[in-house]
Amino acid sequence: MSAINQSGWRPEMSAGGESDAPATYTGNRALMLEEPLLFEIGDLDRTGVDLPERPKVASRLAGLERNRPIGLPGLSEPEAVRHYTRLSRQNYAIDLGLFPLGSCTMKHNPRLNEKMARLPGFADLHPLTPVDGTQGALAVIHLVAEWLKALTNMPGIAMSPKAGAHGELCGLLAIRAAHEAKGDARKIILVPESAHGTNPATAAFAGYQVKGIPATVDGRVDLDALKAALSPEVAGVMITNPNTCGLFERDMIAIGEAVHAIGGYVYCDGANFNAIVGRVRPGDLGVDAMHINLHKTFSTPHGGGGPGSGPVVFSEALAPFAPLPFVEKHDDRYVLVEEETVAEEGHSKAFGRMVAFHGQMGMFTRAAAYMLSHGADGLKQVSEDAVLSANYILRSLEGVMDAPFAPSGPCMHEAIFSDKNFAEGFSTLDVAKGLIDEGFHPMTVYFPLVVHGAMLVEPTETESKAALDQFIGALRSVAERAKAGDTALKAAPIYAPRRRLDETAAARKPVLVWKEPVQAEAAE
Amino acid sequence: MRYLPLQPEDRQAMLGVIGAKSIDDLFVDVPGAARLSGTVPGLPMHATELQVERQLGRLARMNQAAGDGPFFLGAGAYKHHVPASVDHIIQRGEFLTSYTPYQPEIAQGTLQALFEFQTQVARLYGCEVANASMYDGSTACWEAIVMARRITRRGKAILSGGLHPHYVSVCETMAKFTGDVLETALPKLDGTAEMEMARLIAAVDTETSCVVVQNPGILGRVADLSELAEACHAKGALLIAVVTEPVSLGLIRSPGEMGADIVVGEGQSIGVGLQFGGPYVGLFACAEKHVRQMPGRLAGETVDADGKRGFVLTLSTREQHIRREKATSNICTNSGLCALAFTVHMTLLGEKGLRDLAALNHALAVQAADRLARVPGVKVMDGAFFNEFTLTLPKPSRPVVREMARNGVLGGVSLGRLYPDGDGRENGLLVAVTETTTGEDVEALCGALEEALA
Repeated sequence: MSAINQSGWRPEMSAGGESDAPATYTGNRALMLEEPLLFEIGDLDRTGVDLPERPKVASRLAGLERNRPIGLPGLSEPEAVRHYTRLSRQNYAIDLGLFPLGSCTMKHNPRLNEKMARLPGFADLHPLTPVDGTQGALAVIHLVAEWLKALTNMPGIAMSPKAGAHGELCGLLAIRAAHEAKGDARKIILVPESAHGTNPATAAFAGYQVKGIPATVDGRVDLDALKAALSPEVAGVMITNPNTCGLFERDMIAIGEAVHAIGGYVYCDGANFNAIVGRVRPGDLGVDAMHINLHKTFSTPHGGGGPGSGPVVFSEALAPFAPLPFVEKHDDRYVLVEEETVAEEGHSKAFGRMVAFHGQMGMFTRAAAYMLSHGADGLKQVSEDAVLSANYILRSLEGVMDAPFAPSGPCMHEAIFSDKNFAEGFSTLDVAKGLIDEGFHPMTVYFPLVVHGAMLVEPTETESKAALDQFIGALRSVAERAKAGDTALKAAPIYAPRRRLDETAAARKPVLVWKEPVQAEAAE
Repeated sequence: MRYLPLQPEDRQAMLGVIGAKSIDDLFVDVPGAARLSGTVPGLPMHATELQVERQLGRLARMNQAAGDGPFFLGAGAYKHHVPASVDHIIQRGEFLTSYTPYQPEIAQGTLQALFEFQTQVARLYGCEVANASMYDGSTACWEAIVMARRITRRGKAILSGGLHPHYVSVCETMAKFTGDVLETALPKLDGTAEMEMARLIAAVDTETSCVVVQNPGILGRVADLSELAEACHAKGALLIAVVTEPVSLGLIRSPGEMGADIVVGEGQSIGVGLQFGGPYVGLFACAEKHVRQMPGRLAGETVDADGKRGFVLTLSTREQHIRREKATSNICTNSGLCALAFTVHMTLLGEKGLRDLAALNHALAVQAADRLARVPGVKVMDGAFFNEFTLTLPKPSRPVVREMARNGVLGGVSLGRLYPDGDGRENGLLVAVTETTTGEDVEALCGALEEALA
């Protein structure tokens, strides 16, 4: 008999009420497969690797060897592959269908990117290899850097930040370094109320006080309120453009002029760059620093929550403060500027280092493959199709759901709706869970905070018209149910691997690691 | 364009529904001065898949990969054999192309894998809880210092001289802006782990929020942290342990068992390739009582409406999307797919595999150290080590490393590169040995060193 997943583990049978279909012996339903935890099926003596005999030598560990089991169960290779393959089937993914998560840019992840990142010359390259042996890797970093500078019309760049929020931090530290270099340390960063949570969190992490700026009724930064908040204590402003309501900040140039007039800098959150890539360059809008999520606009995979990559482009004023390390091209040779070469290369203003090595090389290779594939013409088409698709959804559904900013004009790459017309007791969450039963990942919900019961829909350029039409039909249907007060919707999802999960209980008494059942009982 | 499904007639039909004449009508809110008339200048046009493969393939071949010859580089990034099934699993589209599991009903795969990851990391580190990953070891290290400041309400951190200099550099950069006080030190080639422990024990005082110590240290030295932990606790300070080579914990007692309060580190060795330094995966674990001060995402167990076990992201009131400027960290995207790679590799190893792998690394490293000690002019450091140790050469190691590399031997990391200030360290050469190192590789290194030192 096969030993694969035959540990005797049984999923807990549901308390009933899900359907009239008869229960199965295993708890599985054909291709809907339950899967136990590794700790319930593996054991400490089992392994999925074969290792050679080791030479007999006297240990040189000064008696610090482990003297107790670690508690790490193993599985043989077929068991491990099956365990994780079964788990994978409980995930929704962009490979399965439209993933309209606003502000997250869930676009197709080309497999060419994966292939290129796995070339041994990139994947099997040590970060401290002597520089002569890394010329190809440095060339890729330089290539991506040059593309990002051209696409934004900004002269400076930091490639090392590891994700969007890390890029924000990089931008704010450059701003702070620039002020301090002038002997003018400032205290305050202005952040619009509609901003991503990372913006105020980053400003605080960088040692700044955060001051909020209200939005106008048409979902944009209130320019007068912003001007009133400006003072010699203000180091800068963090603007998301296009903003989190999916709208372009029409006053962007005026905002920049006002901020520059008091000696401040403009940080732009580039999370929504996909709306304008190849068509509008942030450097032409007065931006001093902006991070670019390679895992959004440039198609590197989200991987269930990372890794990302968040290079930051800089204006002339901030470029000298960009952190180490960076790549420079001297004639035909690429040079990696690190701590040791800072003084001699004239980079003494660099504000320091943000990561151990050189940033997310694996993401640079993927982004490079994407950029080269699209070219300047393809990227322009990307933003056009992304914006076209979002407006198509907005206009197709504005008569069904409240669309607070629809009257003010077109949206950019995401369309925003609210729960305003739903029946009493029905919320955005119900619509989201209803969409799951329709076979879609829900849109972003309850964000931005400036719209009550917000639903932020970002289709990206990845979808065909047929896919968009099917999604529009599904969302219309679910929204109509919410408006009509269809109580069955409150039970959604009913077809997902799990029904609604109790998040309150999870937070009240957190269970963050697996414990032996005996221990767990004893603890109670 | 192969990635764009919309056809010209689709676009026309959609513009019709929208009521716009052209795509330009949708960009009316962009100030005229910032509208480009054509494509972005200075960039090439689109390319075929084959053209892109050729261009990037040519660049890949210009690099000296770890597998190209004898290889001994470490210093925070290690070459280990990763089973083929790890890469297969992480390339499954359901993992690769999913998002952060904000909708748990259709993300149980990611969430359960993260729950398993957290449990594995906590057990490996000897701690009660672990989070769902950070960017890398260096950023996890800084986050741990910030966390210790929050817990102790003190602003001074003491960093061991054995902490990776890039980690120190990251912490110094951040501390410059946050006002945290860091006491740093440099490693000494003629010192020992015991001397450094004694120095730290003497340095910790009632102003100290935490002592940060890497084990094994940057020079490869392994230390018993128990007395240091006691000294920290006696002064109300926390001990933060940093582990850059997680394979070492298959053999060495965990920092948690030795009394560390927060354990962080780099997980790259397990499941994640070298990748020229990124993406890697930061590991972060601590005692359960500190979990609400912890940065990053956490997967937790719960039940669904039918009472079935399931997993969700939890304790998010610590995080930026809820707490905004009062969050414990600004981290959002973490290193999810690398965490999955770590967990799949760890599951394939299991307790037995990890212990055997660690023992193999150590045995091969001991053999190599003994062989290298016979190279004329080369001195191997004293004391305990795991799979990495420091040689002292009779002259600066940097040109030696370059010369060996030109001859196809990646012979180690020069301390001159890590510590440009000199002070005797420039003669140090850091040599890492793993299960991928063969006897012939060691002979090649000995030969290359003899030649370079002659």
